[in-house]
Amino acid sequence: MRFSVYRYNPDVDAKPYMQEYDIPLEPTDKMLLDALIRLKSHDDTLAFRRSCREGVCGSDAMNINGRNGLACITTVAELGGHVTLRPIPGLPVIRDLIVDMTQFFRAYHSVKPYVINNDPAPETERLQSPEDRLELDGLYECILCACCSTSCPSFWWNPDKFLGPAALLQSYRFIADSRDQATNERLDDLEDPYKLFRCHSIMNCVDVCPKGLNPTRAIGKIKDIMIKRMV
Amino acid sequence: MGLPVRSFDAVIVGAGGAGLRAALQLSEAGLKVAVLSKVFPTRSHTVAAQGGISAALGNSQEDNWLWHMYDTVKGSDWLGDQDAIEYMCRMAPKVVIELEHFGMPFDRLDNGKIYQRPFGGHTQEFGARPVQRACAAADRTGHAMLHTLYQRNVRARTQFFVEWMALDLVRDADGDVVGVVALEMETGECMILQARATLLATGGAGRIFASSTNAFINTGDGLGMCARAGIPLEDMEFWQFHPTGVAGAGVLITEGVRGEGGYLLNSNGERFMERYAPTVKDLASRDVVSRAMAVEIYEGRGCGPNKDHVLLKLDHLGPEVINHRLPGIREIAIRFGGVDPIKDPIPVVPTCHYMMGGIPTNISGQVVAPHGTSPDEVVPGLWAMGECACVSVHGANRLGTNSLLDLVVFGKAAGDHAIEWLKANPVQKPLPANAADLSLSRLARLDGQKDGESVTDVGRDMRNIIQRHAGVFRTGEVLTEGVSKIREVAERVKRTAIKDTSKVFNTARVEALELDNLIEVAMSTLITAHTRTESRGAHARDDFPDRDDANWMKHSLYYSEDQRVEFKPVRLKPLTVDSIPPKARVY
Repeated sequence: MRFSVYRYNPDVDAKPYMQEYDIPLEPTDKMLLDALIRLKSHDDTLAFRRSCREGVCGSDAMNINGRNGLACITTVAELGGHVTLRPIPGLPVIRDLIVDMTQFFRAYHSVKPYVINNDPAPETERLQSPEDRLELDGLYECILCACCSTSCPSFWWNPDKFLGPAALLQSYRFIADSRDQATNERLDDLEDPYKLFRCHSIMNCVDVCPKGLNPTRAIGKIKDIMIKRMV
Repeated sequence: MGLPVRSFDAVIVGAGGAGLRAALQLSEAGLKVAVLSKVFPTRSHTVAAQGGISAALGNSQEDNWLWHMYDTVKGSDWLGDQDAIEYMCRMAPKVVIELEHFGMPFDRLDNGKIYQRPFGGHTQEFGARPVQRACAAADRTGHAMLHTLYQRNVRARTQFFVEWMALDLVRDADGDVVGVVALEMETGECMILQARATLLATGGAGRIFASSTNAFINTGDGLGMCARAGIPLEDMEFWQFHPTGVAGAGVLITEGVRGEGGYLLNSNGERFMERYAPTVKDLASRDVVSRAMAVEIYEGRGCGPNKDHVLLKLDHLGPEVINHRLPGIREIAIRFGGVDPIKDPIPVVPTCHYMMGGIPTNISGQVVAPHGTSPDEVVPGLWAMGECACVSVHGANRLGTNSLLDLVVFGKAAGDHAIEWLKANPVQKPLPANAADLSLSRLARLDGQKDGESVTDVGRDMRNIIQRHAGVFRTGEVLTEGVSKIREVAERVKRTAIKDTSKVFNTARVEALELDNLIEVAMSTLITAHTRTESRGAHARDDFPDRDDANWMKHSLYYSEDQRVEFKPVRLKPLTVDSIPPKARVY
């Protein structure tokens, strides 16, 4: 298999470059991550993140032939013998395919990603109807891989001001939770020209999400609630 | 020494379920805590747990923590310590309700309570019939739990050291643990994190096997650190083979599939578990189901062109149940098994899944080791919890959903105990002069190694040996050969070399350091498996097919320094209730 891989090591490289590899794969190398591990057994200097190898931990997000995805659930077969790998775009590169995700997590933390409920805790669970629980489907499953936010032009332009699709999806996950009492406070926090409203429904996030989630719809729902609150 | 030093009340190594649960206790108590993790916390392997977390809530059917306790003792094949098992099962409802209050998105029943599903080995009235005890968030319970615990730690402003790898414990001349030496991956620099309390929550080590459901990060780091510091490892011969790993890929398919009504078929289309476990069939304990599958395959009733797997049928559940209760399974089956389970059965094989053994602890999570006349003398300043620990609630075989429970019950218990201990021990002991020597010598060896072997080659040989010599069925001959082969690999691990010389995010270096930990786990596994001449739970020996309570109802303790094995008694006395006496294990 032919690989063109983005290489940058700040210890030795003045600037990044693309390195070409031609590596024979084994029949067991079914996923791109398997192929990358094969490559790394030939050149251990290539740095990338990986862990669960089944698409739930969110470590191995990368730009695969121009499109963000997870290496562990991208099949080698669908790549057709040649793949170009770059780090997910828009975040500072630490080394090779590893980016600095500080900005991404800062946005996530800023939405207060936890249930806020100031009632005294009951002896048993807080009841929630199956219908109310269903509202969380398509939201709570996010794996924070950053494929969405780093494919979003609005996040590229204003990573420090626009929260990006991943953080906003999580913001709505708590707004939508029937156990949460802080909807107003959450909406107040988003009243700002950038944080929420820089989403222009380009929908790259929906296109690339490896879990099939729809941040644009969640963002739309937050906007709806905000407008309803204003009138 | 020369390394920078930072000082904390507590250092926690690992940010999975156990580490995060402990961190929450300590942070909310206002203590200065550092949580180290090789990966961003939500990437820890707890995230991959699927089926549920057990608690006798009785939301759908009558249940009782005593029944849960009985099931756990029986599941452990009477190797579990009954004081710890009582504590865990009693605490289960409380800690699960707490998770719900933290915001965990459990599935719900029509009355708004937490949804519970049946699982292997969970029964009503001491084995009479299956019960719905596994509290579930679809088939993503671990993901829901880990994210919730991380989110709660964000709220508590816990301080994380993300992408830091702990290398070694720092023990002073008294044997007290006073912190850890750790490597910051991004810079390649080392630091001493000094602490009055050091808590290990480094998870499992399933990566000693060639075929494993475990993540790449599950390399037994806490076990390696303890082994090198003279602390024994307990019950390392006991590894759980999960019945349903996707054939070829090793990716986990939850037992919840069988809980929801799925079952296993051999090449004759026979539901063979009816022969092996007439009462609970496909919901027998994992060791029982895995062995039954191995027998079917061995006797020529495996499926596929190579007759090397069996089939997990669930299409009869219908698209609605599959899409609502098992959506992640459908995703995995399509991606890794090449089948859509709505239409076709999933090819599955027993796959290494969980380490029942680990760092010996008491029910407060304090690490203990024999000293003088006591089998359980505390190692001051050190706690361990979760999969890296052996408390022991799982004994010779863990019940499904008891692992997530173990994490939160003992994560919380260790956190609470450390808080009290910190109050009683307010003075930080000084660091010994040689605090960083072991870590620095390991790094110097690796950086200076000439003509060494690649980590890939040595690691592959280790995994293949463990796979071949410590699998579902073991014999004296296979184990003897395995011990001598793994000793050869252990010598080669001392001479690994890497080509990457960079300081910045040198993942080759991290993998070499991980192999130092894996080999400790691999050695302890083969040597203790060779020593134990009986069959109990997941440790099945063809040459000693029966459980031998007279000689072997005891925990093994492996000491790395001279590769010796000692023993300590099983704690048969629970905290408050009557002991559950050993009997034959039938499902």
